[in-house]
Amino acid sequence: MGEGQKMSTSHLLKRADFIFKSDNDWEDVLKKNLNRTANELINELISSELKGRGGAGFPTGLKWKISSEIKADEKFVICNADEGEPGTFKDREILSRVPFKVLTAIAVCAYVIGAKKGFIYLRGEYFFLKDNLQSAIDEFERYCRKIGFDFSISIFMGSGAYICGEETALFESMEGKRGEPRNKPPFPSSSGYMNKPTVINNVETLAHTYTIFKYGSKRFYDLGVQFSRGTKLFSVSGDTPKPGIYELELGMSLVDFVEEFGDDDTKAVQVGGASGFLVPRKRFPETTIGFQGRLVGISLPTGGSMMLFNSSRSMYNVLDNYLNFFAEESCGQCTPCRVGCQQLLKGIKAVKRGEKNAAYLDKLLKLAETMTYTAKCGLGQSVANSFSSIVENFREEMIY
Amino acid sequence: MEKKVINVTIDGKKMQVGAGKTILESCKELGIRIPSLCYLKDVSSNASCGICVVEVKGAKSLVRSCVASIADGMEIKTHSPAINQARITNLELLLANHPKDCLVCERNGNCELQDLSSVLGIKETPFARTKPEAVKDDTSPSLIRDPNKCILCGRCVAVCSDVQTVYAIDFAGRGLKSKIATYKDKGLGNVACTNCGQCALVCPTAAIIERDESNLLLKDLYDEEKVVIVQTAPAIRVGIGEAMGMEEGALVTGQMVAALRKLGFDSVFDTQFTADLTIMEEGHELIKRLTTNGRLPMVTSCSPGWIKFIEHFYPKSLEHLSTCKSPQQMFGAVAKTYYAEKMGIDPRRLVVVSIMPCTAKKFECKRPEMKSAYQWWKEKMNLSERESFFDVDYVLTTRELARMFKLTGVDFKNLPEEDFDHPLGISTGAGAIFAATGGVMEAAVRTAYEVVAGKPLPDLNLKVVRGFEGIKEAELDINGTKLKVAVAHTLKNARYLLDQIEGGKSPYAFIEVMTCPGGCLGGGGQPIPTTWEIRQKRADSIYREDSLKPVRKSHDNPAIKELYNEFLKEPLGHLSHELLHTEYTERGVY
Repeated sequence: MGEGQKMSTSHLLKRADFIFKSDNDWEDVLKKNLNRTANELINELISSELKGRGGAGFPTGLKWKISSEIKADEKFVICNADEGEPGTFKDREILSRVPFKVLTAIAVCAYVIGAKKGFIYLRGEYFFLKDNLQSAIDEFERYCRKIGFDFSISIFMGSGAYICGEETALFESMEGKRGEPRNKPPFPSSSGYMNKPTVINNVETLAHTYTIFKYGSKRFYDLGVQFSRGTKLFSVSGDTPKPGIYELELGMSLVDFVEEFGDDDTKAVQVGGASGFLVPRKRFPETTIGFQGRLVGISLPTGGSMMLFNSSRSMYNVLDNYLNFFAEESCGQCTPCRVGCQQLLKGIKAVKRGEKNAAYLDKLLKLAETMTYTAKCGLGQSVANSFSSIVENFREEMIY
Repeated sequence: MEKKVINVTIDGKKMQVGAGKTILESCKELGIRIPSLCYLKDVSSNASCGICVVEVKGAKSLVRSCVASIADGMEIKTHSPAINQARITNLELLLANHPKDCLVCERNGNCELQDLSSVLGIKETPFARTKPEAVKDDTSPSLIRDPNKCILCGRCVAVCSDVQTVYAIDFAGRGLKSKIATYKDKGLGNVACTNCGQCALVCPTAAIIERDESNLLLKDLYDEEKVVIVQTAPAIRVGIGEAMGMEEGALVTGQMVAALRKLGFDSVFDTQFTADLTIMEEGHELIKRLTTNGRLPMVTSCSPGWIKFIEHFYPKSLEHLSTCKSPQQMFGAVAKTYYAEKMGIDPRRLVVVSIMPCTAKKFECKRPEMKSAYQWWKEKMNLSERESFFDVDYVLTTRELARMFKLTGVDFKNLPEEDFDHPLGISTGAGAIFAATGGVMEAAVRTAYEVVAGKPLPDLNLKVVRGFEGIKEAELDINGTKLKVAVAHTLKNARYLLDQIEGGKSPYAFIEVMTCPGGCLGGGGQPIPTTWEIRQKRADSIYREDSLKPVRKSHDNPAIKELYNEFLKEPLGHLSHELLHTEYTERGVY
């Protein structure tokens, strides 16, 4: 990752280096934190205001707290490494470069909630990570035994379905069933894997808890902005001279982001992958990257995917690509998502070919709205994010 | 403490309602109808269709009322512009891939999708078809699946797995390729399906229906050369009225007989006659097993779905099955031997038709071993293999019979009542209660007690085995000998008792198993809908039929006595074994 000249002149785009820093002190961090009380650790997390980095942004401390307070004979910690969002490629880097940070975080979580078993649900396509990760787990478990901490971690390989990144579909998959989201409530904190209280966190979220447990919550809280504290890994791709993974403070303006990563011809940025929002150039100034809160302008959450498009790109093709992806990856359970994705795809093709008039796009926008309100899980609910933001901002590209 | 009564606001009106129910069921109690599609009370709540959505204040999206619990202080809207748009759009999405040929559909007029389109006032179908046309699955002798009409509500999967634990069908594929599939797409006829037809009973459309043979039968009915006789199962007289527009559970024995005669059957007989015969044979088989250290517990064998279930999943336990054929098969065998001979009818001209509440009976009558009458006649008439015939030629469900009545202009409600023909139409109350779970047990006890004890049973009404409890048990005292018996309906409950048997822990001597929820009156061939409330009404009528019968014990049936005197000689005798008993086949699961 090159240290460009521009970097120093940009006062809002702040780089950080916590996650990939090779501290090699995980044994100390683990031992130190296992000597603290569960309450202390939960409060540490809550005061850091860390929110889930998978994209949904649920407060991590609260998640752990809920599971810790439920009495059960068995509980589980699951690290969600089913990194399937198009344009996201940070979790595999974390697992291959700093696996011990993640393993430590899983163990601390297990200690906090009272679990004896942890899992890493590894994306099927990341099979190549498995051997190294397993070696790390072996070493980690040896250390746990040495310090008398009764805990083990297993890798569960996914089979390639995007939907299994959705936490309840992930449980179903682990239980040997068809990967389909469950009805909620109950939520995983009280009834997750095997219907037991389960904390499920994204790889990156766990890596951040390592930072917090190592440096204390204040260090983390002081980074970022209100409602969006700390740093975040960004997977930068598309029309950029420097694609890659960057750890940046949350709350940055999209103008600054594009100034840093754009190619001087950026037409739009897709924030949050295929299930995120497309922001056209005219909206860059009012858009910041973070979790939705009462900030001025629009604040967009992201699992870390930032795709830049320059003027050579047809937004129709971009949308067509996303919709093909969703139509293929919809689990098929609920009507709005299963048939809705197909109809959006078929619909924009029909408009492009002139088989339907432009007004049909409005019918499709209404359909997308219905999907947001009635799809059962995040997959179907978020198709409208990219669909509506692309169709509304690049309507003429859909028609002509 | 959980509150028993909670305060909610529905559509702006403050209301009180009991806690612990879903929003949809609570609203129903309050007289507010929320349209729904995939949800089916007591069967499935997949929450997949997106029709029953409501607004709950504070929720970020619409809420599926079929699964969301109602809670104290909730503010709910059951209709609003956003809700209406969502419901209509989701239904339009389902209609995109559903054929619009309602006029030529078996479920025309009795289709939940059709009804919902009307309720929601669908006026256009803005979305184009996205699925390629799928091939029908007609591999099963009982059921036909048409994936083109499937809306993937998942009710069939739920009933097959949760109620029956058969798992013959499940979801396969994802996205556009999502479908209900059998193992390796082999088709229902080639997998471990019990043909119970509960899937057809719960299907909101015509995606799974019974194999309709009414047209074939009509051809035979119009054929002057053929003598066509019919038997009606006990459950038909409490089901066919419903299908002909009368109230639920209407007891219409007399009208049914009259209507069948009007349809052109040469004689109208009763499966209850052979139900009484089954009791004679099965009762004596039980006594024999009890007194000769035979395999116990003995389990009933009237329900062909159950038979195929145990053949697939518990082949080691086949010896526990009674060797008695079901009443329908006993009827076919007796009709084409005893009756044909008595009446001087060439058995090759005799067509035996069964009206059954059951789709599995269609499979049963085609089992290769069900040709006892042919075997009996073979040498007497010097018949070749080519001239072989089944004991029962057609099985039609209650629904198919209703279709035939309508086609031939039978004014069902207003028909004067008529009686069954002699001799195969004479039955007792014991035969009637075969329709309800526990009925075979009760009928068997009425006879076995008197045969063993040699004195009349103090109370004919064995209430302990009546009702819809999943597994019922009773202890009988016959002259000081204690006998534990159990009654199960649904294959899930049957599985429980079988696991007990295979684990060596079954405390019972005799077990009755019925495949369908509630027994045959809730069979897969009965009118749609069949709910627990409707099953109860049908059961009430069946027990009324029993109590009205002058004779209520199988062994007192004069026609049965005559049959033994003139033909069979004695229960479990040589001829009985030839005609009334059978054997079973081990089948794999795959």
